[in-house]
Amino acid sequence: MTPKKRAALWRIALLVGAVGGLEILCLSGHIDRLTMQPPHRIVMDLVALLAGGELNGAIAKTLRNAALAFVIAMVAGVSFAVLLHYLRSLRDMLDPVFATYYAIPMFAFYPLLIVLFGLGDTPQIFIGAMLAVVAVIVNTLNGLDRIPRVLLKTARVNQLSAWDTARLVMLPCAAPHILTGAKLAVAYSLIGIIGAEFIMSTGGMGYEISFAYMNFDNAKMYPLILLILLVSIAINTLLAKWEKILMARRGLS
Amino acid sequence: MNATSSGGSNAGWFSALKLIALLLVLWQALAWMVGDVAMRTPLQTMTFTANLLTSPSFWPHLAETGRAFGLALLLAVVIGLAIGFLLGINRFASDVLEPVLVALYSIPKITLYPILLLMFGLGVAAKVAFGTIHGVIPIALFTLAAVRNVRPVFVKTGRVMGLGTGRMISGILLPAAMPEIFTGLRVGFSLTLIGTLLGEMFASQRGLGFMLMNAIGLHNVDVIMALTFLLVLFAGSASGLLLFLNRRLYQRA
Repeated sequence: MTPKKRAALWRIALLVGAVGGLEILCLSGHIDRLTMQPPHRIVMDLVALLAGGELNGAIAKTLRNAALAFVIAMVAGVSFAVLLHYLRSLRDMLDPVFATYYAIPMFAFYPLLIVLFGLGDTPQIFIGAMLAVVAVIVNTLNGLDRIPRVLLKTARVNQLSAWDTARLVMLPCAAPHILTGAKLAVAYSLIGIIGAEFIMSTGGMGYEISFAYMNFDNAKMYPLILLILLVSIAINTLLAKWEKILMARRGLS
Repeated sequence: MNATSSGGSNAGWFSALKLIALLLVLWQALAWMVGDVAMRTPLQTMTFTANLLTSPSFWPHLAETGRAFGLALLLAVVIGLAIGFLLGINRFASDVLEPVLVALYSIPKITLYPILLLMFGLGVAAKVAFGTIHGVIPIALFTLAAVRNVRPVFVKTGRVMGLGTGRMISGILLPAAMPEIFTGLRVGFSLTLIGTLLGEMFASQRGLGFMLMNAIGLHNVDVIMALTFLLVLFAGSASGLLLFLNRRLYQRA
């Protein structure tokens, strides 16, 4: 057995042990029902909730808003990064902003955005896109910086226009780095949307959790939390795998 | 990221001033566009912030947030460093647990907050716990990677000299891995602050996050603008300072 496989087995054993321990603690009454349901009940409740279909609207709303925030962040981020790549002085000026950007509590802007846009989907999408966009910009710039000079010279020799150079040479060449940005952007837009729904909203998965919490409805709250954790871990794992494959193909890993 | 615009040189200061001027102009323009219902101009915000800072009702909230943040940061640093060193020294343990930490890092942690509230009750303990789980993972991950990347010859030298684990950490691993560990502490600082505020915004009866959410209910744009301004100012300058110190550490290493 390779050490990697052995580590994976241990990891699974530890996780199973943790869940089993929780189950025993809950069943024996050391953790009371008002605090937490036993894990097997959470899974059963989740299956029942999903089969019942009452959550489909909330799930669709959250995923749709997150997807919208992601697309906005990608389009705005990549085009702004290409612009910055040419405007050296603007880029030098904005570098400190990018370096400290993720230290700013972005959710502090949420109340202001609610006042500006009203309590609809717009402030949530805005927060999600704002959280995601800088990860895209920084990683795209990183990719653009690493384009081999010879490719740009070849483009000039072949008299490609600026648009064609960007489309045919620069963006494909920077693709693995842009994907790294995209991976972060997916996580950030989900965090932004769900966080905003949590704090104040009228619908979506985050809203449903906070509503269930306010009503001590553990039979609904825990399955929803489990669902969000499963969805975000699944998306992140898939993207990380894909990124690894792409990086390996370019010999960058 | 390049470091041309950092440091104490005149060009760096000039660039920072230009950036601040640009942000103020953007803010002013936005305020004029949006109008008085939803936003305030920079000057109005700063005047109101000065008023807020001199009003006695503000300080208990600030103290509450400060205490929660301080405690959370202390816990995050201690636990994060402990996990990081343990896993960094033990290759197999880190193979088992590092993927778990990475998965935890990328999930929307706000979904876990109701569970913490049920465990700790509505008070400062839940906020501290929530801030801590935001900060502890990056500190652990950065420390782990830093300890693992210490040059093997240092570790071998220590072993030849017969150092115990404690002396090995304090005499060799900590100094050698300091710049990367500091990066982890910097990220941990920001995320702990974000976590603490987020917790206050979702459910609490005191603190700056609570004041922000309360102001939405009262449609008090002055308070929203002033608090957002203060929080961004604090987070931005603290992170800038830590970034500066971090770069100094790297230059010395």
